[in-house]
Amino acid sequence: MKEMVVLSGKGGTGKTSIVACFASLARSKVLADCDVDAADLHLLLTPNVREDKEFWSGRVAFIDEEKCTECGLCQELCRFGAISDFKVDPVSCEGCGFCYQVCPTDAITMNDSMSGHSFISKTKYGYLCHARLGIAQENSGKLVALVRQNAKLIAERENLDYIITDGPPGIGCPVISSLSGANLALLVTEPTLSGIHDLERVIGVCRHFGVPVSVCVNKCDLNEDNTSAIESYCGKEGIEVAAKISFDNVITEAIVEGLPVVEYSEGKVTHQIRELWQAVSAKLEE
Amino acid sequence: MIISVASGKGGTGKTLVATSLAISLSANHRVQLLDCDVEEPNANILLRLAITHSQPVYVPIPSVDEAKCTYCGKCAEVCAYNAIAVIKKKVLIFPELCHGCGACSYLCPESAITEKGKEVGVFETGDSENLRLIQGRLNVGEAMAPPVIRAVKKHIDCGSVVIIDIPPGTSCPVIEAVKGSDFCLLVTEPTPFGLNDLSLAVEVVRELDIPSGVIINRVGLGSDEVEQYCHREEIPVMLRIPLDRDIATHYSRGIALVEGMPRWRQEFVSLFQDIEGMLAADAREK
Repeated sequence: MKEMVVLSGKGGTGKTSIVACFASLARSKVLADCDVDAADLHLLLTPNVREDKEFWSGRVAFIDEEKCTECGLCQELCRFGAISDFKVDPVSCEGCGFCYQVCPTDAITMNDSMSGHSFISKTKYGYLCHARLGIAQENSGKLVALVRQNAKLIAERENLDYIITDGPPGIGCPVISSLSGANLALLVTEPTLSGIHDLERVIGVCRHFGVPVSVCVNKCDLNEDNTSAIESYCGKEGIEVAAKISFDNVITEAIVEGLPVVEYSEGKVTHQIRELWQAVSAKLEE
Repeated sequence: MIISVASGKGGTGKTLVATSLAISLSANHRVQLLDCDVEEPNANILLRLAITHSQPVYVPIPSVDEAKCTYCGKCAEVCAYNAIAVIKKKVLIFPELCHGCGACSYLCPESAITEKGKEVGVFETGDSENLRLIQGRLNVGEAMAPPVIRAVKKHIDCGSVVIIDIPPGTSCPVIEAVKGSDFCLLVTEPTPFGLNDLSLAVEVVRELDIPSGVIINRVGLGSDEVEQYCHREEIPVMLRIPLDRDIATHYSRGIALVEGMPRWRQEFVSLFQDIEGMLAADAREK
């Protein structure tokens, strides 16, 4: 069983559209959507939710007005600016419990907080593990880890060849959580200066965690000079450019229809994405 | 006034809007642009200001004086993040799990714990005549963006118009970046992904009680579901930017929209006036 995560650094480069195509092209796999704060993969795979579990993680402080003597110690010590006027702002509270530990009148309790939901669904392409982080919640990294764990259990149980993961944008906590220990990171970039800048940073994160990378340039004809710059940068760094995908509104049309583009059109983009899957699945077998 | 530019979904045009708004307003106002997308800061790719000041951002991490330590285990007991473990005659510290709350050092009965700064990123500034850029950069391999975002936001100057470029998503970095704003512009695109992630972003600003308006980018693509949603939810659509290859090409080269196509300046000035008008009307109501 091999696990591939699709990342990009910059958002909106086409990760989800590409993962949906892999869902259609790969035979024996489970899918995981690790972009738990703004998950979109389900919009293309029409999942049937089989399991919906509450995700309880972290705690939030609460001050009992009756017991509080307004000494102000908690306010003074809280480093997250979460307490003012002897009230806790649950959005700013990071659940460290420092205030609870020091309160001289035991006026503070730490309450568990429900931070989201994790789902296991059936789709016509196989299982999809996904989640929804509650609005303004912490611990996205832990929820990502849970989604990956669910996917891994299914892959083992069903003896599947691949775990294909749609990753979050950025380089921080949820990205690290979706990346560590994967067999390959496919990095989807675009030929804009921002795309290149963000690609370099996400390559750095993959190297930091020892995960091999492969690059895909989406919208490659938007700026041919930048595409060449990405190719020569990758060449210098010894990174394979697995495929280039043309700038074509057909990708958006497919999203509007709620379909992976390889099932919506037989045009150039579909062929390019098929080549991409061949290249990355071969690399996973190495 | 503090205006944040957010989106839920990545790649919808937050940075394009934030930089164009900042440049357009700087003709008549003192403007600060805060790039709080510290995982992938891109605003200066478009502003191209020389960075004149750079300073590391530290998170305080515990350091144990083994000469004073009695291995009582209090520090491990109070740490909500399992960042300290005491095993027999050894204290293990896991800096990547530490949130820097300070509970362990304060509560150590032997005063054996001091805090050492661990660098997690940098904050940088650059200026042109009326425009100051303040950006944070999370170090590659670091997980926690909020401390870097807090370091950037410490430098808000209330005498300026402050524009904040927010990271994508809906979790802790977004909340840290957006809270305290007077108004939030939500940038989206007319696709099912754009709509799904817009609806999540709307929940965030409602949770934080921040007035908001929508900017639809790449109009002409996809469907009119976003327009219908805004109408239904009574959220004003404040600006529409068409799907235009020239706009995408300028962006790919790192040229701000209002620099490449100066006729857009007036649109952004009007956008600002509309926001001022809405906030004034809100204030009168209250």
